[in-house]
Amino acid sequence: MADPSTLSFKVSPVSPLAPDRRYVARKFYGRFMAGLITVAALVGVSVLWIILGYVIVRGAPAINLDFFTQRPLPYGEVGGGIAPSITGTLLILAVAALIGVPVGLGCGIYLAEYGRGSVVEVIRFCSDLLAGLPSIVVGVFVWAILVRQVVGNFSGIAGAVSLAIIMVPIIVRTVEAVLLLVPYTLREAALALGVPKWRMVISVVLPSARAGIITGLVLSVARAGGETAPLLLTTLGNQFFSWNLLEPIGAIPIQLYNYAVAPYPDWHTKAWGSALVLISVIGILSTAVRVATRRQNR
Amino acid sequence: MTTRDVENEIASPASWTVQGPPIFARRGGVGADDVFKWLVYITAFAVPAVLVALFILLVIDAWPALERFGLGFVTSSNWDNVKEQFGSLPYIYGTVVTSLLALLIATPVGVGAALFVTEYAPRPLRVPVSFTIELLAAIPSIIFGLWGFFVLTPIMRSTVEPFMKSAVGPLPVIGSLFQGPSVGKDLFTGGVILSIMILPTIVSISREVLLAVPTMQREGMLALGATRWEAIREAIIPYARVGIAGAAILGLARALGETMAVTMVIGNSSRKITGSLLTPGYTMASAIANQFTEADNPLYFSAIVGVAALLLVVSAIVNVAARLMIWQISRGVAKGGTRG
Repeated sequence: MADPSTLSFKVSPVSPLAPDRRYVARKFYGRFMAGLITVAALVGVSVLWIILGYVIVRGAPAINLDFFTQRPLPYGEVGGGIAPSITGTLLILAVAALIGVPVGLGCGIYLAEYGRGSVVEVIRFCSDLLAGLPSIVVGVFVWAILVRQVVGNFSGIAGAVSLAIIMVPIIVRTVEAVLLLVPYTLREAALALGVPKWRMVISVVLPSARAGIITGLVLSVARAGGETAPLLLTTLGNQFFSWNLLEPIGAIPIQLYNYAVAPYPDWHTKAWGSALVLISVIGILSTAVRVATRRQNR
Repeated sequence: MTTRDVENEIASPASWTVQGPPIFARRGGVGADDVFKWLVYITAFAVPAVLVALFILLVIDAWPALERFGLGFVTSSNWDNVKEQFGSLPYIYGTVVTSLLALLIATPVGVGAALFVTEYAPRPLRVPVSFTIELLAAIPSIIFGLWGFFVLTPIMRSTVEPFMKSAVGPLPVIGSLFQGPSVGKDLFTGGVILSIMILPTIVSISREVLLAVPTMQREGMLALGATRWEAIREAIIPYARVGIAGAAILGLARALGETMAVTMVIGNSSRKITGSLLTPGYTMASAIANQFTEADNPLYFSAIVGVAALLLVVSAIVNVAARLMIWQISRGVAKGGTRG
């Protein structure tokens, strides 16, 4: 509590109910600041709608069946779409999840169930640091290992690994948080029945935290799906369909970038269209999983 | 056996050992319990391992450039890949200027929005407002870049920058920030797009910090006859100050590493440090994105990785500082502490 003698306003000697001039001024100033604060909130809220609005209005003309089924065409040819990028993004995300989910889940389980003392602090700290890493730095790292050394060229697997590195800390944080919410009595009941610890974790703790865990997984996939910078350094992008993880693979964000920085208006429309597809994929993914988990919990 | 002995017997866990074979215990060999435990341990230690590997690898790759230029790598502003001179000061400058500008814009707006949500908004508005702002965080960086590239840049060039030049330009000190032609793709636009991107971070964390301020704090103030704003200024803000600063610094951490959006609006052309915000420039992240794949000789490549290592260290320091500040606040709340 602030010391009354340091307050920067004077409490009126008359009853505050009897409005004197100073009271009116204070009240007016209060209203003014309330107005400013409301404007700040309004700005914050409207920015989202402005950006979404632009993406929908400018992206909609690009959307047709070809956009989802055709590969990008060279400039001058009419039509073409971003199909290789859509399949590429899905493939890269699937592989990234295959790598990132077990690691993130395991690390979260370690933090909540197995770890003791300062080791927990250290690993949680490392995970938080990883979460705060600029994604481009992750791209440089994966390039140096996979693109330069192991695979030898730009490849889908390198992109998947860099996205996995971005996903892991997000998964770790949510998994640990929801596992700690599982009541201790549940664990004790399982252990008292003579169930070994691993069965307790898999059959009792994880299922009761299922909704929270799935939310964390979806969050991480949604975040990774929009990442561009590390993919530019690792998968490079591809105009053609490719399912070979050891070769460059297309991805929606990369295609979007290439369309946007090109000097052709038709490609700009396609860039907005790609943005619309990207946002929709992320949005649909999040809502679908959220609806599905809600139904199961009922 | 005395009573005391019986009590000791019960109290000592040694006497609790179950006699005979445990029902679920391993029946010879390595049990599933051990396997699971080791799997969990391995995944857990993979996280610090990746972090350490990342740091070591970047330093190794950056070493030729760091060794050759020494301190000059961060103090020289001469970046010339033909003459093989690499000083990354312009990139550091661009990162610092755009990030600070973003903070300068986003902190008042973000804290204001958080105050609206916690102090002013009618109850039914609270969740939708904060949820909408936090949704901003889910929009990929490349889409901010696209929007900045096609929508924000022309507006900045035709309207905002000429206005700032005529309104602020003639002023003595600040005026020097707004000199030169309005190009649209410059440090100023980079700062503005970053401020939008870090807004959700600042809003969500300052909202949490403000919610942690004890209700007594504001009620006491209001009971003294303070207006709502006076309660905020005298009782709430001082209490939440450290946490809000932490929120701002976490926003700063996000701004430092942001790549795609900035790359698309900052110009990526001039390497001069002019002091004016209306200069096209580079940030560390956008320099890496733009030059990484075209770095064809070893020293050039090493210099680019050096910039990445620098970015890694700076963002790690800023992140740790922010977390320490937020942690300090939440610890105070956990102890029921009332500092003000």
